[in-house]
Amino acid sequence: MLKAFSPASHGLHINSTGLLAGLVILFWVVVAIAGPAFAPYAPGDIVDFDFYGPMSAKLWLGSDYLGRDIFSRILLGARYTVGISFAAVTIACFTGVILGMTAAALGGWFDRILSRLMDALLSIPSKLFGLVMVAAIGSSIPVLIGLLAVIYAPGSYRFARALAVNCNTMDYIAVARARGERTPYIILDEIFPNIIGPVLADFGLRFVFIVLLLSGLSFLGLGVQPPNADWGSLVKENIGGLPFAAPAVIAPCLAIASLTISVNLLIDNLPIKIRDRG
Amino acid sequence: MTKPLVDISNLTVGAETDSGRRVKIIKGVSFTVDPGEIVALIGESGSGKTTIALTLMGYARPGCSITGGKVCVGERDVVSMSEKDRQKLRGTDVAYVPQSAAAAFDPSQRLIDQVIEVSDIHKLMPRSEARAKAVDLFRALALPDPEHIGDGYPHQVSGGQLQRLSAAMALIGGPQVVIFDEPTTALDVTTQIEVLRAFKSVMRKGGMAGVYVSHDLAVVAQIADRIIVLKDGVIQEQGTTEEILHNAQHPYTRELLSAFQPAVFASLDSTAKKDDRKKGPVLEVSNIYAGYGSTGRDGLPSALVLKDVSCKLERGQNLGVIGESGSGKSTLARVMAGLLPHARGWVSFDGRELAPQANARSKEELRRMQIVFQLADTALNPSRSIADIVGRPLTFYHGLKGANRENRVIELLDMVRLPKGLLHRLPRELSGGQKQRVNLARALAANPDVILCDEITSALDTVVAAAVMDLLKDLQKELNLSYVFISHDLSTVRSICDQVMVMQSGEMVELLSNSQLPDGARHPYSKLLFASVPQLDTGWLDGLPEDIAGMGSPTENAHDARLRANS
Amino acid sequence: MSGQIPLLVVSRLGVTFLTLLIVSFVVFGATLLLPGDVVEILLGQAATPEAVAGLREAMHLDSPALVRYGQWLFGLLQGDLGVSYANNMPVADMVAGRLANTLRLAAATTIIAVPIALLLGITTAMYRGSLYDRVITTIVVSIVSVPEFLIATLAVLVFAVWLRWLPALSFTTDLSSFGQLLKAFAMPVITLSFVIAAQMIRMTRAAMIDALNMSYVEMAILKGASKTRVVLRHALPNSIGPIANAIALSLSYLLGGVIIVETIFNYPGVAKLMVDSVATRDLPLIQSCAMIFCVGFLTLTTVADIIAIVSNPRLRT
Repeated sequence: MLKAFSPASHGLHINSTGLLAGLVILFWVVVAIAGPAFAPYAPGDIVDFDFYGPMSAKLWLGSDYLGRDIFSRILLGARYTVGISFAAVTIACFTGVILGMTAAALGGWFDRILSRLMDALLSIPSKLFGLVMVAAIGSSIPVLIGLLAVIYAPGSYRFARALAVNCNTMDYIAVARARGERTPYIILDEIFPNIIGPVLADFGLRFVFIVLLLSGLSFLGLGVQPPNADWGSLVKENIGGLPFAAPAVIAPCLAIASLTISVNLLIDNLPIKIRDRG
Repeated sequence: MTKPLVDISNLTVGAETDSGRRVKIIKGVSFTVDPGEIVALIGESGSGKTTIALTLMGYARPGCSITGGKVCVGERDVVSMSEKDRQKLRGTDVAYVPQSAAAAFDPSQRLIDQVIEVSDIHKLMPRSEARAKAVDLFRALALPDPEHIGDGYPHQVSGGQLQRLSAAMALIGGPQVVIFDEPTTALDVTTQIEVLRAFKSVMRKGGMAGVYVSHDLAVVAQIADRIIVLKDGVIQEQGTTEEILHNAQHPYTRELLSAFQPAVFASLDSTAKKDDRKKGPVLEVSNIYAGYGSTGRDGLPSALVLKDVSCKLERGQNLGVIGESGSGKSTLARVMAGLLPHARGWVSFDGRELAPQANARSKEELRRMQIVFQLADTALNPSRSIADIVGRPLTFYHGLKGANRENRVIELLDMVRLPKGLLHRLPRELSGGQKQRVNLARALAANPDVILCDEITSALDTVVAAAVMDLLKDLQKELNLSYVFISHDLSTVRSICDQVMVMQSGEMVELLSNSQLPDGARHPYSKLLFASVPQLDTGWLDGLPEDIAGMGSPTENAHDARLRANS
Repeated sequence: MSGQIPLLVVSRLGVTFLTLLIVSFVVFGATLLLPGDVVEILLGQAATPEAVAGLREAMHLDSPALVRYGQWLFGLLQGDLGVSYANNMPVADMVAGRLANTLRLAAATTIIAVPIALLLGITTAMYRGSLYDRVITTIVVSIVSVPEFLIATLAVLVFAVWLRWLPALSFTTDLSSFGQLLKAFAMPVITLSFVIAAQMIRMTRAAMIDALNMSYVEMAILKGASKTRVVLRHALPNSIGPIANAIALSLSYLLGGVIIVETIFNYPGVAKLMVDSVATRDLPLIQSCAMIFCVGFLTLTTVADIIAIVSNPRLRT
């Protein structure tokens, strides 16, 4: 039993790039959960007389436009960026995948109408969608999570549906239907186990998209609102420091980049099944 | 003695797996090809026959590389050559006829441009001259309308024509050696004859040497002078065609040959079951119309596949359905299983009419008729263990769970001659033959009365297929099963079926009893179909009547007509 | 067979119109999500009931939503983009000049990004696995996985702060002289080009690799064709459809990029106008701008799909 699932028997192994990327992601997850406990200062406290202060032993990443400690603010920002994105991507993928598999298994009108609707939603550029909705309903954390989930669910739907449609043409599905199996069994027991791998990879990519959109909205001042700040808000707040190359604006940028690039690298370096010569 | 044209010595080819592991796939192969000689490389899938043939052009597929040995064509060793020199050799000295011409032709270019591309690349002759030469080759290959066929695009001609066009494409550069990579495998038998004939006649006239890669001994027997038997990248035996066919030394070669001998048919319809007969046929379909696409005003689907098909399966007997691709034979199985609801007609089981759609049939009706598909790779869910796959029908139909279920799964595996050690394996860890046995075990788990077998041996290597056929017969004896056996292969159908239905273009052409096979066929299409099956006899192809194709497969003719209409 | 292409094109256009209808419904639906009463938001808490009723009447807010949707859509079709809540000016007047600015930015980016991206996308696919491919691919992955404002920040750091070639964040509205125009354009265009080119390289490379894996490419190699010939004669002609799609989709990222870039560089385009009007909740303006962008995006993808249909050799006679 064990043998079938051990990586070696699948010829799976992860390379050093993937491993490093995984560690960076793990680091940010830990920071998001426990980071603020380690913050040297309270994120709201003004601790420096100077603004846009340089890196120093006291303020590791300098100070922001009000003289607050950037390092502490990034630790707290991780919670917003990672937390909101994770919640949104979970909702988006859960709905997208369930609907996608159902549409593939049922086919017919249900599939046609839902797919047309999802395609239409997909054709609204994500930032635009965000702008319109934030203009209408304002921006709070639950609204942001819901909005990001709505924007990215159609993509997840389309992805899962395409995989499930492929799966659905396989003979093992025909065998199950000929046996008399009902749709829920076909979706959960026959289709789902076969698409879980790509779906998880898509989950990762979509997480990156959501981090990017959330940061973008916050950067425009439409995302996480003060006094709370995610990494995108930190960049916006401190953009004035850009001409002096202040760490206050560079550090949150690097935080975003390290997270999103790591997720992408991890996915790109995920082991694929061996395909020993044809 | 003449110097060999091709001299391969100690060739090794390595491949890299995705996990970065290096494996040797060709393990020290040596052989020669004399000028004008056709040598066949024969072996099962994975034996390395195509890989070896491609090394003649200094080419290895992505992920593979030639790791050692020499491949001399004429005086020169292609292994030590520069890539530039190899490019010069390809198409001119050594040419290649691909397995699937449909995939090997660029869909965006006219056929003629692709056929004369070799001359274009190597600047062999002016375009007009190349064109004229191509037309001559088309004529020699018996292609219809040789002057204009090249003006079309690949999707406008039939598969058999494309395969001949690909031969023209190989011959245009006047090569010394031509590699044929399973060039007729993707074709129907009736088309195969024409293509083989065309190949044989141009090769003979041109006095060219050839390397013919195939898994089919009977096909090879028609065209090769010498046969090399390969297994797992190692030569098992080589000899002249006559030697291999009649005096094989190696046990593996003998195994290949014996798998080819049609098994003797013995009807299981013994007297003991005569009483059952009174109850009437176990499965019957009557005047079935079915197809795909939207339903039209007449209640028929837009793409009609089956037209007025009727047949019966008697209890304890086997019904064969034979036909070429597109004949509707697999669609018939799907209609019977309720996977494709029919538009007209009826299907009855044990005298009671079944609902057209599987999900409208009762569990008991579904249980008694099981379907087994051709490709075990796609018929077994790759992410479920063998225990789950075989166990599911036990839970679904019989409510078995836990240890009871596992014990029954082990019994079923034993029935299909599989060890219980496979219980927790995933399908991809099994061989092709093992997968097909699991596929059968799953059907048996339902305790069915009827099993619909859709080309279940077609994807298997000959030896493995023969073993699966033996298993089917044993199971029938033990379990009182009836099979509907769908196949394109006459010898398989003949070895197991009491009745054989010949299908063409969605219609039943003829119904024959086993004793009438193959000579009792009356319909011209059945005759053509049966006559087209290659025999293990070097003289078979030459001995066929010249006008055999004149009996005509309508698809080929329809293509010709359309092509003419277009040009 | 020749009848197939017009039919496919017409049905593709039909899909576009249907999509546009659904999109307009969603964009209009945003109004219905407004918490509270628009009129009260506009007039403030102190407004008299008479004033509120009057404005409601003027804005047709008492009609059912579906009727208002119909009126709005009908207005859009006739070029009536509505009236801004914030300053009572017709939206069309506010948008016109700025749309031209945005289009100028988009055009400049397209001219730079598309040729570079095609060249890099195709060559990396040709030399897949080489050092060249790995370097480009790594850069591309890095660019597509960071937000646009990060690229912009980086560009400012490199070109303005370290190299001092260009002004950092200043922007003059005076675009009369060519030098000023260039300076105003340089940073936004550089930033956008990086973002767009990266997306396009990724997709073009993938499309090309698909084409190079086809059997007919192997056949061409076995005919002795050189790498260049294989690509130019066989792989490229068959990947026109996918590449057109890659270009269209990447250009759609231009929309997202433009929103950020116009804001960060203070560029007087439509996107900046939109972002600014979110603060004032000026929905008519936002909705009209959103529809303009959506129409633009749908046009691009439709054109790409039609190119794919027309270039499909199997539909040719």
